[in-house]
Formats: sequence, structure tokens, C-alpha cells
Amino acid sequence: MRKLILATLLLLAPVALLASETAHLEHADIDLRDQASLQRGAKYYVNYCMGCHSLQYMRYNRMAADLGIDEVSLRQNLLFGDAKPGDLMTNAMRADDALKWFGTAVPDLTLVTRWRSPDWVYTYLKSFYQDDTRPYGVNNVVFPLVGMPHVLGDLQGKQEAEMEPPEEPGATPEIEGVKLVEQGSLSPKEYDTMVRDITAFLTYAGEPFKLQRERLGMYVLLFLGVLFIFAYLLKKEFWKDVH
Amino acid sequence: MSAEKTENLNWIDKRFPLTETWRAHLSEYYAPKNLNFWSFFGSLAILTLVLQILTGIWLAMNYKPDATLAFASVEYIMRDVDWGWLIRYMHSTGASAFFIVIYMHMFRALLWGSYRKPRELLWIIGVVIYLVMMATAFFGYLLPWGQMSYWGAQVIVNLFAAVPGVGEDLSVWVRGDYVISDATLNRFFAFHFLLPFLLVGLVFVHIVALHHVGSNNPDGIEIKQGPKGNRWSDKAPADGIPFHPYYTVKDLMGVVVFLALFSAVMFFMPTFGGIFLEAPNFQPANPMQTPAHIAPVWYFTPFYAMLRAVPPMWDSQFPGVVVMFAAILILFVLPWLDRSPVKSMRYKGPIFKWATGIFAVSFVVLAWLGMQPASDLSTLLSRIFTGLYFAYFLLMPIYSALDKTKPVPERVTS
Repeated sequence: MRKLILATLLLLAPVALLASETAHLEHADIDLRDQASLQRGAKYYVNYCMGCHSLQYMRYNRMAADLGIDEVSLRQNLLFGDAKPGDLMTNAMRADDALKWFGTAVPDLTLVTRWRSPDWVYTYLKSFYQDDTRPYGVNNVVFPLVGMPHVLGDLQGKQEAEMEPPEEPGATPEIEGVKLVEQGSLSPKEYDTMVRDITAFLTYAGEPFKLQRERLGMYVLLFLGVLFIFAYLLKKEFWKDVH
Repeated sequence: MSAEKTENLNWIDKRFPLTETWRAHLSEYYAPKNLNFWSFFGSLAILTLVLQILTGIWLAMNYKPDATLAFASVEYIMRDVDWGWLIRYMHSTGASAFFIVIYMHMFRALLWGSYRKPRELLWIIGVVIYLVMMATAFFGYLLPWGQMSYWGAQVIVNLFAAVPGVGEDLSVWVRGDYVISDATLNRFFAFHFLLPFLLVGLVFVHIVALHHVGSNNPDGIEIKQGPKGNRWSDKAPADGIPFHPYYTVKDLMGVVVFLALFSAVMFFMPTFGGIFLEAPNFQPANPMQTPAHIAPVWYFTPFYAMLRAVPPMWDSQFPGVVVMFAAILILFVLPWLDRSPVKSMRYKGPIFKWATGIFAVSFVVLAWLGMQPASDLSTLLSRIFTGLYFAYFLLMPIYSALDKTKPVPERVTS
């Protein structure tokens, strides 16, 4: 048996070499139980992002109920135009306008944390840097040649890319990171908190029932644990005469 | 009360063999008393099939097989339908669970030699079930209409285009269009809804065949050929015990453990780290944008790795397609490849044990390789492990005959 396990490990050894390197992402460190953070994230999202990025699978009133926002606050702060509480969180941006303005369709972000990841969204929002070759004067480390402007630029300030020294002369330099060169209206710490709130809100929007599912899961596992005891005793009782 | 009950039962029994069927298949179906861990997967396979059919029907009540509505209808189920998220996660986790259970069930057959005489047809019906199951899963994977659904289907249907001569026409015939489109989605939904009922029929035939030849066991001994007479009947095999209640209560225990593992995944990691639900599938299908890396779901990846392992020959991908299908079709002839005088792995010799171990490892490694982006190293490894996969079957007539076996006891061991 031991020989067999050893042989298996030897057979698998080359496989380990294939393990791929992933891009460095900062840990978002969000807390879906922190309703204040989610509420702030919703406010920032609706005010800064939703003009272009819809949340077309999310309903206002579901969000309000889950985040502890009462209907008056919802109507006063989060509903714009003729939107009603039961509506999906869509916007008025037309696809062909987006193509004209940004060169690409603007993605809906309801599920962005599920096909990217919360860490990706968090890092992305912190990784804009000045790049005069781009139409809006900014580029992004984790999303090269991104089409959108740095909407939160006035708050964060200006960042510049730090380049790695090229490995050989003439090679394209790679971006090592970004550094703040001109602070905006928020301190770096305040900006981090804001970005974390937006990330938390988008993570919530990607799977609004996540806390509910985990809570229910605990009860189901507890029930199955108790049921197993009875199933085991039943089996033991029936099988005691089988030799 | 009881007299009345008997009277009612008599009325039914005269018109339908209810008591007779109950006895023949449950209370007086004698299964070997030494069945172990591996035998749980038969009843679990039925459980997962029923679970998939029930959750599938409830999903179909709100799902829309329309290219412009499908993706949003899945999110509608997840968010707006009462308990929709639970039903959907049950179905998506259930698909992977079904394949895990079936792979364990098939591996059990390899360990116990359950494909050997007199169970050749039982095994072949099982392989047909596996094929229909794969078709069902393939059709179903398109329905969420995410990026991976779309491009996965595109890659697989394009395989038909590699068939010499008629390939292009064949792939258009399968898709109903020149690309994966609304027409494809509609027909895939129709097949995805139909095939599970065909599976139920095949499972019925599988069980009829099983109960005709009798259950195998870890020793690979035919209890029907052993001594007769047990506590329940003089004619029953001495080493057999009634399926009900002995194995119904034992399988119930297995069901509870299975449901606990299933729930742990479904409630706490429904995407299973992007393996059961792939991250790109949370993006709606976009025919204009090919994802950087396309891979089928994990249960198809061993065969996908084999497909990629074969280099194009004569400007054609067809040889790869042939190898991929051969990997499954070779299972049909397995009963005639094994020439060992014994059935069970317990009494087979070291060569057969090693071969089966290497085979199992190859299958797992191929599954992993099929998920990775292609590279020179992964292609080389895929070739090696594809070779090992086929060597297990093709060399079996030789090594199974050479292998030194151990003596098989007269009666089952406990």
C-alpha cells in the first residue's frame, strides 16, 4: 500500500510544475454582516457607478430589505427619476452610446464579484494610474487598456505606475505597482474604506442570499447529524443477527 | 383492520403482482451479506437521479429557453423565486454529485470484477446509462447561457465538424445554425428535459438485469452457486440476506452521510472553488468575445485532455475525436478483455492491482490536465496519461492472464 502511494506521488510530481501563477490581487477583507458598510457601498454605487453600470438582476426593495434601509431613506437617497422600489436596478445608458463613448459595451455589474472576484474589484478600483496615451488619461494595472475614466479620481487623487526595470535591454517594462502622486479629497485610508464598501456591496449584490444560505446550511447539517445517529442505531439493531 | 387490508391487497394482487414484486425485488431478494462501503453508490445513484429530475422540473417552471432571456431567467430563479436559489444550487451541485457517485459506482465494478460473466449485459447497460448521462449533462450545461456554457458547447459541437466529409453538415445539423444560437438552446433544452426519463427507463432495465443475475460482492463469489438455506428460506443462498430490511436500513445510513457532504458543498461552497460552477459562467454568453481559456466541467475533462493530447493528423482534428470517443466505447468490451481466473481485486495478483491503481491515477490526472490551459508540458503529460489509460484496457488480455492470483474462498468473507 505504501509503495502504491509513493508511486502515485512520483507520478504526480510533474503535475505540480504546472501550477499557474496568478496576478497579485489585494485582499478585499469585506464583511457581509457589516450593514453600515453595505449601506455606504450602496450609496456610493448608486451615485458614482450606476449611471453607466446597471445592476439589472437586483431589485431596489430587495436591497433595501437586506441592508436594513427603510422605504423613506430608499426613496429619498437611492431612487432616481421614476424608479419604483420594486424595480430592477437598471439605468438609461444605451448600448450604442456606450460604444461611442467608451469604445465598448458597459458591463452590468450584478455578478462581477462572481466572474471576477471581490479581491479583483477591490484591487481594480485602487489600480488606476495616469496614462496620457488613453482617451480618458488613465489606465489600470489589473485591467490594461480599460475603456472607462477613473470616476473616483477626484476622491483618490492621481497615481502613477511604477515600472520594473526591464529584464533585458529593449524589453517592454512591466508594471510593478502604483504610487499616489497627488492626493484627492479623501485620504488614502478613507479611499480604501470607500472602495471596500463598494466591493462589499457588489459582493452582496452578486449573491444576496449568501448569509441566508449559510445559516440554513448550519441547521440542515445539524439535522443530518442527529438523523445519522438514528440511522446508525437502526442499522446496528437490524444487523446484530448477521454474522 | 388487518383482515380488510389483506382483502384489499388480495384484490390488487389478483390484478397486479404487488406482493410478488415486493418479495422478488426487496423482501426476498437475497443480496450477499458482505457488501461494503462501495455498494452505497448504487442506491445513491438512484437518489441523485431522482433529485436531478425533481429539481430540474421545478427549475423548468421558471427557466426560459430563449437566448435573450435564459441568463436573466436563471438569475430570476436565484433571486426572485421563493427558494429558487436552493433548487438551482441543488441541481448544479447535484450534477457534479451524480458524476462523482457514478464514477465511484463504476470503479466499484472494476474492483469487484462486476463486469465479468454472468454480468456482461448488466455492465453494458451501465455504460449506456453513463453515455446518456453525459449527453444529458452536455445539453444541460448550455442552458444557463453563460460564457462557458456557450463556448464549451461551441467547442464540443465543433468536434462533429472534424468528421471527414460530412463533418460541416453534421455540425450544422446538430446546432440548427452555423453557430451556437437560440435554435441550439431550444433543442438542447428539449433533449435535456427528455433524456432523464430515458435514464429512468435504463436504470429500470439495469436493475432487472441485476436482480436476474444477483448482486456481486467484494469477494467476487457467486452466492447463488454456494450452499443453500438461510434463516428466511431453504432455497435462498446461505450467504444472502434479504435486501429489505437489511440493505434498506444500511443504505439509509449511506444516504444521510451523502446528504451531509452534499449539503456542506451546496450551502457553504456551491461553486466548489469554480469547479462545479465555473466563474466565467456568471457572465452572459457573448458570441463576439471568446474567453481566454475554455474548459468543460470537471466530469468531462479527462476526455477533453485526451482530445487535446492527440496532435492533428492529415490537417484534421478527427484522430483526437476518435481517441476521445474510443476512451468511452472501450468500456463496452471490458468484459472480454479480463482473462483473470478470479473476479475480485482481492484475489487478483500484483500486476492487476498496480494496473488498476495507475489507471485510477491516470483518470484523475487527466481530469486535472483537462482543466488547465494547454502548454507543452501539459500536452506531454496528457499524452503519457492517455497512453496509460488505454494501456489498462488494451494490455489487459495479456497481464490478466500472466498475473498470479490468490485462491478464492468457497464462501464470502466478512
